[in-house]
Amino acid sequence: MLKPAAAIVGQAVLYGAFAAFIGYFATDPVYRQIPDDVALIKVSFSHLGDRECRKRTQEELDKMARNMRAPMDCPRERSDIKVEVDLDDKNILKQVLHPTGLYKDGISTMYKRFEVKAGEYKLAVRMQDNTALEGWRFVKEEKITLKPAQVLVIDFNPDKGGLFLK
Amino acid sequence: MPLLRCEEAFDRFFGGVDNPLRHLGALGLYLLWIIVGTGLYLYAVLDTGVAQVYSSIGYLSEEQWYLGGILRSLHRYASDAFILVMVLHLVREWAYGRYTGFRFYSWITGIPLIWLAFASGIGGYWIVWDQLAQFSAVATTELLDWLPIFSEPSARNFLAPDTVNDRLFTLLVFIHIGLPILMMAGLWAHVHRIAHVDHLPSGKLMRGTALALLVLSLLKPALSDAPANLATTPAETRLDWFILFIHPLTDLSSPAVIWALLFALTALLFALPFLSRRKSAAVAIVDPANCNGCARCQIDCPYGAVIMAPHPTRRSYQVAQVDADLCASCGICAGSCPSSTPFRSREQLITGIDMPQLPVNALRADLELKLAALTGKTRIVVFGCDHGASLASIAAADTAVMRLICTGMLPPSFVEYALRTGADGVLVANCREGGCEYRLGERWTRERLTRQREPQLREKVPVERLQIAFVSANDSRQLHHILIEFRARIEAEADSTKKLQPYLRRTAHHA
Repeated sequence: MLKPAAAIVGQAVLYGAFAAFIGYFATDPVYRQIPDDVALIKVSFSHLGDRECRKRTQEELDKMARNMRAPMDCPRERSDIKVEVDLDDKNILKQVLHPTGLYKDGISTMYKRFEVKAGEYKLAVRMQDNTALEGWRFVKEEKITLKPAQVLVIDFNPDKGGLFLK
Repeated sequence: MPLLRCEEAFDRFFGGVDNPLRHLGALGLYLLWIIVGTGLYLYAVLDTGVAQVYSSIGYLSEEQWYLGGILRSLHRYASDAFILVMVLHLVREWAYGRYTGFRFYSWITGIPLIWLAFASGIGGYWIVWDQLAQFSAVATTELLDWLPIFSEPSARNFLAPDTVNDRLFTLLVFIHIGLPILMMAGLWAHVHRIAHVDHLPSGKLMRGTALALLVLSLLKPALSDAPANLATTPAETRLDWFILFIHPLTDLSSPAVIWALLFALTALLFALPFLSRRKSAAVAIVDPANCNGCARCQIDCPYGAVIMAPHPTRRSYQVAQVDADLCASCGICAGSCPSSTPFRSREQLITGIDMPQLPVNALRADLELKLAALTGKTRIVVFGCDHGASLASIAAADTAVMRLICTGMLPPSFVEYALRTGADGVLVANCREGGCEYRLGERWTRERLTRQREPQLREKVPVERLQIAFVSANDSRQLHHILIEFRARIEAEADSTKKLQPYLRRTAHHA
């Protein structure tokens, strides 16, 4: 070991280097997640697909035990959900969401993030929660203006009228 | 080895006891206590409302910088230092090959602690709920959502400002406290098979580390970014690269790549002990007839491999038992056994606990042989170990070298025996402080030879004829110089130093 004075100086330098190393990498270098002129569009759903229910006939109901006479016969499985998103008439998302669960009776979910240049766009979102039917059950078309670093969320809530932006 | 060179460079400034690189485990535990202590205060003043978490933490830095601000900074920087020390500890143990055999358990139990440390650290950043917290929360949940573990994407919790509520922060605080508690339980398991655990580093090292972190906290206090706002995304963040480096890595690659890397790395760490082809050495064996149940071997064993059990034939006596899975085959137990004295007159020296690959009897026979062959004016015996400085280069007509598994297996009576059967001096090439392959061999040897620990070197042995050198595998040249100086000193003091009465075992009166 060095003489005490030299050792103390050496220790001070090494403790200082340790603190400097910790201090620097605790905040630096700055990390740039997205460029300055970019905004985010997040498309996220959590929705139960529709199912085709059938009204039971009186004859069918009569054959059933009294406590089991539900008027509607609904299958357990849920439908897939189709989603499409266009930006300025250019498709950026086209996806079929499958129901979760072993019996395909759970919700269909999605979460997608897109980076787009800030500016004005014509946004079109289409969704169909019953693939047995033709066309789109929910459609939202809107002109949007995205500011840099803005996050635009496309969500779905049947209680809020279906597709909505926030 | 570069790592050993680096440790030895630090020895020049810190010495072995205060060298941070030689006490990374204890240093990590110390940092954890700083984190826990400062965290308790932060928990006490934290308000878990969505807006209040930011303001209550911000208040500490802005209004109460002299106490809360410093504690917050210490909490952050100690966490970063903990991650750094943990990684260095892992690399060091791997580089020295300390993950197989009796070290298997400590290695395996250390791996989950890495996950817990990062999970605790990442979660801790969220509690501040500033832009960095927002960035980390979104990035982490997006990463987690790649795994099929949630029924709905967890990133939906951070979709918009109205999706975050007060209960989230209560949950985060619960997790941020729960995970470290789990980690402490894991740490208990991690050191469970180690005896004489260094729960804390030396006082000097603790004071130096605390002072370094305190100065850093004063010069560069930990501050919050702007408040989180999920309606926007922070383009730039001042990232804590020790804990949050995984986010940029994910951006550079993909969640699939990151999870593959993490699982592959974890699997590799778990598999390392099984991939090693190192042969395990023979473990210590006990001879009940020569074990008096003194328990010194149990006390001195660095890995708790020796337990005391009822003696098979002598009532009310105990006998040592060796757990082969825990035994490091270091021979420290043989060095601690009072029956290992070479002065016993029996032709076949059988001690209470011994190493099959280098029995005490063979050691005595080898010593007698080498002493008989020594010539020259000043004859010296050098005891060294398999992991320390090379002895081959100093062997000469007047210098006998004795290689042990660890110097800790040297019974002090062998020093006296060498001096009474022809040696003019004994040099023990001990490892540097904190540099023993078996943790405690260097310390026990030093304490036994300086009469601070049983079995002690007897009082009548002149200390002038004994030299303890603290040298590593890189110090062969230094050992050579120490030997030259030792020989010169013996020759210079030959007249004033008393010599022990010669002893010849085969003609001793009780033989």
